[in-house]
Amino acid sequence: MKHRLVNFTRQLALMLLVIWTVVSLVTLLIEIVPGDPATVILGETATREQIENFRIKHGLDRPAFFFSYGSEKGFVWNGADNRYADYWIGLLHGDLGNSFRTDRPVRDMIFERYPSTIKLAIAAMLVAIGIALPLGVLAGSRKNTLVDNAASFFALLGISLPTFVIGPFLVYLFAVKLGWFSPTGSLYPEDIVLPAVTLGAALSAILTRMIRSSVIEELGEDYVRTARAKGVSERMVLYKHVLKNGLIPVVTILGLQLGVLLAGAIITEKIFNWQGLGLLLLEDGIGKRDYRLVQGCVLVISITFIVANSLTDFVYRKLDPRIRLS
Amino acid sequence: MSRLAYIGFAIAALFILAAIFAPLIATHDVTAQDLAMRYFSPSAEHWFGTDGLGRDVFSRVVFGARISLEVGITVVVISSIFGTVIGAVAGFYGGFVDKFLSGYIFNVFLAFPGLLLAIALVAFLGAGQGKLIAALCVIGWVGYARVMRGQVLKVREYDYVLAARALGASNMRILFTHILPNAIQPLIVQASLGMAGAVLSEASLSFLGLGIPPPSPSWGTMIEEARQYFSTSPHVLVFPGIAIALTVLAFNFIGDGLREYLDPKQRSR
Repeated sequence: MKHRLVNFTRQLALMLLVIWTVVSLVTLLIEIVPGDPATVILGETATREQIENFRIKHGLDRPAFFFSYGSEKGFVWNGADNRYADYWIGLLHGDLGNSFRTDRPVRDMIFERYPSTIKLAIAAMLVAIGIALPLGVLAGSRKNTLVDNAASFFALLGISLPTFVIGPFLVYLFAVKLGWFSPTGSLYPEDIVLPAVTLGAALSAILTRMIRSSVIEELGEDYVRTARAKGVSERMVLYKHVLKNGLIPVVTILGLQLGVLLAGAIITEKIFNWQGLGLLLLEDGIGKRDYRLVQGCVLVISITFIVANSLTDFVYRKLDPRIRLS
Repeated sequence: MSRLAYIGFAIAALFILAAIFAPLIATHDVTAQDLAMRYFSPSAEHWFGTDGLGRDVFSRVVFGARISLEVGITVVVISSIFGTVIGAVAGFYGGFVDKFLSGYIFNVFLAFPGLLLAIALVAFLGAGQGKLIAALCVIGWVGYARVMRGQVLKVREYDYVLAARALGASNMRILFTHILPNAIQPLIVQASLGMAGAVLSEASLSFLGLGIPPPSPSWGTMIEEARQYFSTSPHVLVFPGIAIALTVLAFNFIGDGLREYLDPKQRSR
């Protein structure tokens, strides 16, 4: 019990340390922008006064960090009155700053879009599981047969075909030719199918391979032989015994892949004009050089990813006693 | 080695040759526009047809191989060297150094979804081939570092390493002549999978308009430009799409094949 508490605390501490670093990196990213963000936003024609006001409004007139280093001045201590500290104070109050373009709070802009990206990611995950589970079990239980080879080929294809090739192809086939969905993306609730399949394709391929090798591995275990010797039917062996154990590593992959889905959603959202976080980052953030918004989006996606990973790790430990006890 | 690995080598060789001899293979100037020839279907004159500006798709796909492989190879070389060194240091010195590197630094870089970090870097740095390569290296090196660290930890305890140490070999000598040759195999596997990843990432970023700016014939950019007219002129998208898929597939085949070949436990399966 004590051991587990120590482990848990260590895990939590590491997560907080990583989040702290990620926030710091994202905060300081704005320093690597070539040139002055104010000039970039306001354009070459802006007056000196406009630029000055903009800088004051968004805190760009303040020093970037606790200390700075210049070739003439050397080390200068700026104290707590700096942008890095500002961003942290805001963050702890749930404030991600205001958009450089629209002046709206970045937090509001992000959380308007957040649910639709999560919805897309979950739908993609369901699609992936729906494809991978039967295919992986089929391939694994019939190792080196035609079915297995076909499933493995499908899996490699799914990994190699980029979303931006699959997406337009699906739109052409199912929206333009067959007319099952609207081609523009998100008119009706069922329009989520094409983006979800597009986003989930690569994951379904990865999962198929995982489940296959997991099933093969478990089928070689002693308990399977015991069950078979007791006269348990092959179907029961597969679905009751093998899958129960074989799916543990799959859970891990699912958790880790959530972040990949969130990042991949940026491409899928662009293809289907899906009004999620990715499109916000891409069009309103990067497209309009709204650096504050870009910071917010990158931060929210990364933190979602980190939290999902830590939760996965936790669930994994719960599921597999071998890890829990070691 | 598995049949798929040989197929992978063959396809990869084809694309590498296409990249090297691109000026000889290409039938047209890649940037030459001919607005009277927009969206022509494949023909004897234009093997893969023409795109929205009347440019020859075949020639652009051939030169696209150059960009893709140039970016991929550069990223793999830089990130593998950097990652190997960091991983070796972490595994070899152990203790606090290892805790700091593998426990903290690796985790930070793994905490970003790879593509997102590349997008963020390019968003703040600006687009361009050099910056794209830098961004992909930043997300790529951790993979090599982890593989290398694991190998060093394993090999470090082998008797012959202890023997070398007893004979008075320096750390550098042990690392380079004893440990590295033993760790090289998984690193090669990682490199070929990394190559597939880099090619895909380059195309993805270019597709998002964050990679190599037009009129350069990057496959990702070509697909982005062709997307709107897919239903009327699918060939403009399909050919660069096939090129990306084949290249990524080839390096995945090679990586998988090598891994199976090098790992006897997997070979029997």
